[in-house]
Amino acid sequence: MRKGVMRPGHVQIRVLDMDAAVKHYVDLLGLIETDRDDQGRVYLKAWTEVDKFSVVLREADEPGCDFMAFKVVDEETLVQLEKDLVDFGVDIEQIPGGELKDCGRRVRFTAPSGHSFELFADKLYTGKWGVTEVNPEAWPRGLDGMKAVRFDHCLLYGPELAATYDIFVNVLGFHLAEQVLAEDGTRIAQFLTVSMKEHDIAFIHHEEPGKFHHASFFLETWEDVLRAADLISMTDTSIDIGPTRHGLTHGKTIYFFDPSGNRNEVFCGGDYTYPDHKPVTWQAEQLGKAIFYHDRVLNERFLTVLT
Amino acid sequence: MASFQVFNQTTGDRFSCQDDQSVLKAMEQTGLKCVPVGCRGGGCGYCKIKVVEGEFECGKMSKAHVPSEAIEKGEVLACRLYPLTDLTIECLPQPAAGLSNRQTKTTALR
Repeated sequence: MRKGVMRPGHVQIRVLDMDAAVKHYVDLLGLIETDRDDQGRVYLKAWTEVDKFSVVLREADEPGCDFMAFKVVDEETLVQLEKDLVDFGVDIEQIPGGELKDCGRRVRFTAPSGHSFELFADKLYTGKWGVTEVNPEAWPRGLDGMKAVRFDHCLLYGPELAATYDIFVNVLGFHLAEQVLAEDGTRIAQFLTVSMKEHDIAFIHHEEPGKFHHASFFLETWEDVLRAADLISMTDTSIDIGPTRHGLTHGKTIYFFDPSGNRNEVFCGGDYTYPDHKPVTWQAEQLGKAIFYHDRVLNERFLTVLT
Repeated sequence: MASFQVFNQTTGDRFSCQDDQSVLKAMEQTGLKCVPVGCRGGGCGYCKIKVVEGEFECGKMSKAHVPSEAIEKGEVLACRLYPLTDLTIECLPQPAAGLSNRQTKTTALR
């Protein structure tokens, strides 16, 4: 049952070299730089997003994901969810408004998978980039690279998938859209959503907690994914795999790496889900096909190359 | 442009590497697979090797995989390793996390 969590709001990604990272996320992915702060963090957004930022880059010694945040409908909901988390036994941390520029207070917690998540209700509404609010044109001119449409989801690797599921589904109102089950019924992958998308957040079982597999950005068409692949070659960017299709979600995809080794995805298409849909299930013995529908073989890198 | 020879003493492979090229990139261009290829960005630690002999420079690497004491021992990431002389390298066992990961259901049931 939905509980007022609306959508992914932002992800903060650690990078080894800020200049190289900004060039990657702006020139190649086509995100737009909207601000910087006195900690040196760089704020980015994709053009269709209505809030001021969805990606924050932070320079650090070690790449990876600091946290991912979800936007909730209003302050009242935030207060309720905060209480629900505490009642469920989850430790929460209050991040004051303004810690991220133009973002209201955030409630942060660490999931049993070892990842930090945040909930927030307010962020500066700047509207879609480059188009007017009234009688908008189809798309803005002046977008770079892959012209990413939106920050879509993250895939995270960690342990304790069942306990993490309990928080996301039972406390925060996410819905299980897709899963991979081992023969003994253990869930080794869970794709969770608060929307019609097949995943707003996904987890795959991994012994080491808190690992970052990828941040994903939406493109409209297969042609856009192909063009993204062309740009990856033109810029000699580190490619992982693709263009191909996933079995899970059936999205069409390409994976590549930012200059610090964080994996990115751009994808198009994919199935939809409603809360009355039963989860789509893949069997673990078909994991190769579930992940890479054409190759039907999982490359070792997909399971082990993480930040 | 200077070119150096890289010798992997674990596998016996040899390849040449330009001075502005990472050892991993030179290996990939030669079509060899004697060092595992991960993110190619100094982040994942997958291509960690040990330089046994030779001078080198390194680009930025994740401290989680290459703390400064490791660099002194020549334990670096091939994707961020730039030769200044001919190099002899050797493969390292996969890190502990990678090994334990091999025993998880995700990998075992593939």
